[in-house]
Amino acid sequence: MTVQTAGPAYVTRAPNVRSLKLAESFFIPIAALVVSALLFSVFLLIIGKSPVDFFALVWTGGFGSSFSFQNTLQRSAPLVLTGLAFAVPARIGLTIIGGEGALVLGGFAAAAVAIPLVTNGVPPFLTLPLMAIAAMATGGFWIGLAGWLRHYRGVNETISSLLLSYIAIAIMNFFVEGALRDPASANKPSTMPIGDAYRVGAMPFTDVHWGLGAGVLLAIVLYILMSRTTFGFAARMTGGNPRAALAQGLPVGFLVVTCCVIAGACAGLGGFFEVAAIHGQANASLVAGYGFTGILVAFLARHNPLAVVPVAILFGAIAAAGGLVQRRMGMPDATVLVLQGIIFVVLLTSETMYGRLKFFQPGTGADRT
Amino acid sequence: MNAAAPILTTGRAPSLQAVGMTKIFGPLVALDDVSIDVPAGSFHALLGENGAGKSTLVKSIMGFYSPDKGRVLLDGKEVSIKSPRDARANGIGMVYQHFTLVPCLTAAENLVISRADAPSIIDWAKEKKALAAFMEQMPFKVPLDAQVSSLSAGEKQKLEILKLLYLDQRFMILDEPTSVLTPGEADEMLGLLGDMAAKKEITVLMISHKFREVKSFCDGFTVLRRGKFTGSGDAQSASVAEMSQMMIGDTEVRERAARRVHNENREVLELAGLFAQDLDGADVIHAVNLKVNAGEIVGIAGVSGNGQSALVEALAGQRALSDGAIRIHGQAFEPKRASFDKFKVFGLPEEPLKNATVPRMSVAENLAFRAFDKPPVAKLGWWMSPGPMRSKAEELIALYRIKTTSPDAPIETLSGGNVQRAVLARELSGDVDVLIVANPCFGLDFASVSEIRSQIMEQRNRGAAVLLVSEDLDEILELADRVAVMSGGTINYISRIEDTDRNVIGQHMAGH
Repeated sequence: MTVQTAGPAYVTRAPNVRSLKLAESFFIPIAALVVSALLFSVFLLIIGKSPVDFFALVWTGGFGSSFSFQNTLQRSAPLVLTGLAFAVPARIGLTIIGGEGALVLGGFAAAAVAIPLVTNGVPPFLTLPLMAIAAMATGGFWIGLAGWLRHYRGVNETISSLLLSYIAIAIMNFFVEGALRDPASANKPSTMPIGDAYRVGAMPFTDVHWGLGAGVLLAIVLYILMSRTTFGFAARMTGGNPRAALAQGLPVGFLVVTCCVIAGACAGLGGFFEVAAIHGQANASLVAGYGFTGILVAFLARHNPLAVVPVAILFGAIAAAGGLVQRRMGMPDATVLVLQGIIFVVLLTSETMYGRLKFFQPGTGADRT
Repeated sequence: MNAAAPILTTGRAPSLQAVGMTKIFGPLVALDDVSIDVPAGSFHALLGENGAGKSTLVKSIMGFYSPDKGRVLLDGKEVSIKSPRDARANGIGMVYQHFTLVPCLTAAENLVISRADAPSIIDWAKEKKALAAFMEQMPFKVPLDAQVSSLSAGEKQKLEILKLLYLDQRFMILDEPTSVLTPGEADEMLGLLGDMAAKKEITVLMISHKFREVKSFCDGFTVLRRGKFTGSGDAQSASVAEMSQMMIGDTEVRERAARRVHNENREVLELAGLFAQDLDGADVIHAVNLKVNAGEIVGIAGVSGNGQSALVEALAGQRALSDGAIRIHGQAFEPKRASFDKFKVFGLPEEPLKNATVPRMSVAENLAFRAFDKPPVAKLGWWMSPGPMRSKAEELIALYRIKTTSPDAPIETLSGGNVQRAVLARELSGDVDVLIVANPCFGLDFASVSEIRSQIMEQRNRGAAVLLVSEDLDEILELADRVAVMSGGTINYISRIEDTDRNVIGQHMAGH
């Protein structure tokens, strides 16, 4: 019923729809971050601390020196991978929060296959890829299970992936405290250390291990997969409207399970790097919450694999600054968790703003009668 | 109201006038200075095409919208209605197109909880006695202790009306109340309402676009077109031609799509003994057998919810069959992408935004759903190039006159007619052997309806086998070569369209 102002061309007044959408997807998450920072400042003021000091310390601790920046990158490596583990299934409409379990189980699998290989003196250039493959396969299987249950049995994937995480942690504990326990690990039950010869080293010119490089590479590959291939297109169709995807005859079950397997493999690879580059063995240190922070990373990145990388670095910085904040401001470690929690809640709220800010809407040309 | 039931007394029917109602949504003037006068005890029809502003008008009267201008007079006195609660306090109630009852509660429970003053602790013994006394005075009955989900559509609609009477709402607004009823049920219900209005117990304002019902039951009518008042009068003396002239304006009454006579009678689509179940394991389609020939439209008529949508879902691959076979040209057809392409099966599902598009994806992407994994869009079968996709989209947008701000705009920003046109462009621009269509014109304006129907007819004339599922009997009578009636999940009647008529079809729709 509106008056159509344009002439015969039916593509009327094309304001750049794509750039407006892009601007919107930058503006809203950044605004959410700013709001979270303000809310967290209120929290700090209430407990009698200076917000200015806090954010200055986060800057110093996260990016202030080459040492602290490398610390940040080190911590962001697993977050890139667990962020991808949430972002990829999100594209097909699934809310998989089991990255933690896939990471832990993947790390454990890597440590477990390393034991016979290392003992028998298989060289590192063979052992490490085998460990990585074991980690990715285990993680992929674990999250793939949640996807399978979702599609073929109608089990809610959010619940099942969360519960599978607890099972994964328990499985690792079962072996680490039992059959695979290294007798030398007295206070902290662990698997046998893989030894320095088998460690994944740092990338050239840095102290940051290769996990970050692998994460960035995977982010690029997955971005291309989701945006430029028929698989990604079909997955986005399925995520946007499963009924339409079925009506187009797409293999929805295959797409769902595959996306979940990819997700689990990403998180599992994160576990591999935690074992092979950081801890050298599997133990309770693997359960560090990377899987859950990854959810936050993916949300802030709008489930875009490329955006996962910078967002993971931001959260890596917050984590890296945690110790400094603790020492200088006399605040408990959990302070950083409060900040993360606030960001998450504000972010979820900001999801409702898409399409509502007039500034980002392309005119009113499309008539909606 | 009191716990004591209201008594149906004559002479309590209110009159209602709305004067100079104007409602503006952004750039859209949905209602432009519309006035309507419904005298006490009349059965008044509000006519107009989809998007004419009927719903906006009644929602403004009901207080869902606050009109930018205009006032409402009840029994000649101006009333201020700012919310549906105010409307209710003034005795104005509405029956919506879809039921607003709670399915898992009984009829009695639905009535009692609908009361604004329902107590926190309900004395059921007392309420049931009061309800029984109330029902005594009603012209029609509904089993009070039956769970609503077990009632038929007609009974539910009656219960909705009883609810308004129970709440003492004597001015009733009915929004297309017969769309879920069989012709028989509809006539019964409208007849009862007409009797009550004639006794001045109630006043009814009914949104409709069925001239037959208006002519048979209403006394007055008001017509809207494009948000403006275009006429009113006595429903008994005005002719259908006059009323439709007011509805559609100066545009010629739509030409029927030309049906080409041909001698093709190859059998193309065969449904053999199809069965499917819902989540509870009950049959939603039951032994469905049907054959569709080349160059033929077979219409499936039926009251909503008798298995038609399940059948379409089964054909589209959205629902698994538990038994039976679908054959095309004698070969087994499985609703998978490869078979859709091999047998050239295309579909126009109902509610295209829900069933045939991904609302947040762009128009260009939505237009590529059939072609995205084939050259030229996909190279090597997996690498997609946006260039060919975009140019194809621009071509289809121009060819099918899809109004959009850009091929990159999300398809959800388009109007209903343009979404349907986009789906049409995607599904009908190629070579079609089998076409499965469900309620293709639901919610569309006159011009789009005409265009879509002629597109379907054109596919038939080109030799496609068309299966048309529609809840609009007029659509089937216009388009189909043969009609099949679905009731209770199965096909209980098939006839050539020239050997049957509305009444016979209606009886079979009711399951007789």
